[in-house]
Amino acid sequence: MKFVDEFRDAELGRVVAGEILAAVEPGRHYKFMEVCGGHTHSIYKYGIDDLLPANVELVHGPGCPVCVIPMGRVDDGIALAHQDGVIFTCFGDMMRVPGSDGSLLDAKAAGADVRMVYSPLDALRIAKQNPDRQVVFFAIGFETTAPSTALTLKRARAERVANFSCMCSHVTIVPPLRALLESPDLRLDGFIGPGHVSTIVGARPFEFIPADYGKPVVIAGFEPLDILHAISMILRQLATGRCEVENQYTRVVPYEGNLRALEVMAEVFELRPHFEWRGLGFISHSGLKLSDAYADLDAEQRFAVPGLRVADPKACQCGEVLKGVIKPWECKVFGTACTPERPIGTCMVSSEGACAAYYNFGRFAREREVV
Amino acid sequence: MAEPTGYQGLEAPGRDQDAGPDVPRSTPSEREQKILGIIETARGKRPKFRDEHINMAHGAGGKATQRLIEGMFLPALGGGALAELRDAATFEVAGLGLAFTTDSYVVKPLRFPGGSIGELAVNGTVNDLAVSGARALALSLALILEEGLEADVLRSEVEAIAAAAAEAGVEIVAGDTKVVERGHADGMYICTAGVGRLDPRAKLSPVSLTPGDHILLSGAVGEHGTAIMLARNEFELDAHVESDTRSLWPAVDALLGRAGPHLHCLRDATRGGVASVLNELARASAVSMLVREAAVPVDPAVAGAAEILGIDPMYVANEGRLVAFVSAQGAEEALAALRSVPGCEDAADIGEVHSEPPGMVLVQTGFGGRRVMDQLVGDPLPRIC
Repeated sequence: MKFVDEFRDAELGRVVAGEILAAVEPGRHYKFMEVCGGHTHSIYKYGIDDLLPANVELVHGPGCPVCVIPMGRVDDGIALAHQDGVIFTCFGDMMRVPGSDGSLLDAKAAGADVRMVYSPLDALRIAKQNPDRQVVFFAIGFETTAPSTALTLKRARAERVANFSCMCSHVTIVPPLRALLESPDLRLDGFIGPGHVSTIVGARPFEFIPADYGKPVVIAGFEPLDILHAISMILRQLATGRCEVENQYTRVVPYEGNLRALEVMAEVFELRPHFEWRGLGFISHSGLKLSDAYADLDAEQRFAVPGLRVADPKACQCGEVLKGVIKPWECKVFGTACTPERPIGTCMVSSEGACAAYYNFGRFAREREVV
Repeated sequence: MAEPTGYQGLEAPGRDQDAGPDVPRSTPSEREQKILGIIETARGKRPKFRDEHINMAHGAGGKATQRLIEGMFLPALGGGALAELRDAATFEVAGLGLAFTTDSYVVKPLRFPGGSIGELAVNGTVNDLAVSGARALALSLALILEEGLEADVLRSEVEAIAAAAAEAGVEIVAGDTKVVERGHADGMYICTAGVGRLDPRAKLSPVSLTPGDHILLSGAVGEHGTAIMLARNEFELDAHVESDTRSLWPAVDALLGRAGPHLHCLRDATRGGVASVLNELARASAVSMLVREAAVPVDPAVAGAAEILGIDPMYVANEGRLVAFVSAQGAEEALAALRSVPGCEDAADIGEVHSEPPGMVLVQTGFGGRRVMDQLVGDPLPRIC
């Protein structure tokens, strides 16, 4: 595939892996967080950690939009899906995320009309095809997916689709990063910045990370060469005493972001005073809801939603795993109360979360040299 | 959108407060070992079925299916041959080796590029017999039809069944017809059962994989599943991919003929794809496998669709592909045998069986790193970011 294979070239990969090896200080341990779930996915898919020296460790960040949705919100979605006449639409990944009593997939099996869509526009189309039903779209994701939800809502308004509404669970990337950085026991040396989010918000919102917290950030693309290149760029910053936001993904990310998309988001959404993250607790100004101008399309206003908060079990230590303070297996509930089949915290929900990955593949990591 | 004006720091959960300062803590490495041990034990146990309802994942061929089969069906029904969970049961009657299997077909849409439900219903069952080392002799055919189904649609499926049966050299010898009310059965469901005669050259078993065995694949992966996905037209992708549905007996026959004694196991990689087959067998034989991703043939259109949808072709269903495990001495001859069969020209040697870590399938990615190729958890649904 043109413009893709070039960034998966194994030969070039070996060259960059060699540069990384040359750039690490012997005896120093490096921990870098890849913020975005998309990066985590590529790291697994291409076996990138297998190409890194043992003293360069990647910590999987809070950027998986599905895993951070708290149980209470999944429960709200399920309650909505069970209401008479409702068609509940969401992305496929969301259907497996457990609430306090089952997932949306289970709700579907129990008779709720839950449908998987690939974009919010699909949900709007379902609404137009079923004028006698209420169609709710469960909107999730960071700034990457928020503009498409915003455009869909604008279109619903323009086309007067009265039976369409949105349960908005969009989140923003900067507040959780700030919360992580603020923690006194943080053990991270640098960040691989989120490429997709940056396509929308640009590089500027990440400037506070080097400025206020002294950690380098390199915004990276999603092909394996992009990620290796970004790691080598962070190492070079550390080696030369620089600390700044660099953009590895210049072929897609403009420094100022996508102004048109930001405008649409500002029109349709406003910040919630606070939003709960699975495993991380409440973070101020980290979630989006529909603005007053779009309140009539807000499913949470149109329908009675229980809105109960389901507390994460106290023993869950996702926060510390994310900060790199503890390893997954050091968490009190890891492997016993919290397993991939019955996950408690965000790190166990997605197969790419740090804990799920360790649960499934930890033994391989230990026995890497055996095969 | 206004810049966030404040934030609330993360509340760090207390660390092990129940264990007072006087309680000695085990060293991390001991503790890590212990936890890995707990996980191992939990994995080794027969899965329990605790779900309250059947959902789509129970039919996807991954972990949920396994939980259902091993947690509910086997405890109640699995006394003898069923417990081996093979593609077909094998047994002897009056000195004659026989294989017996059944399968049902609920594909939507009924017709798709490269095939239709009728063709699948024949080939799927013939293939379950073939990879068990048996040539299909006779099939039964049960049809569940929806009220209102157009007769022409049914007629063309009956013709497809006849053509596929003739091609595979198998006879339809028994049948049943049921009709259900409009709104059920999505047009039609088909169930076939098949009896085959075990080939004396075949010494196959899912527990016979040996370190050093080569893993052969009879052709490009992911074509059937991709063709169905595209035919459903949910993605508005414009690509032409045809289902690979075909009888695998010619391929099995060629393998048995030229490499029979070296052949340890065969599987057809249907639901759950090649990855699921490899995981199942790695567990059954307590071996590990290393697959070279770059050696796996994938049609460019399939690779492109998989890329866009965020799906790994190794998990996508095939209907005419087998995986063969052959000892090192027989591998070259077996590969040549496969490649001589029409439809298997792209057959490839994709990896080897190893001993450690048992039960795991590893992939050497095209980029150079290694990773685990895990068992499928649910349907391969597209990622959102």
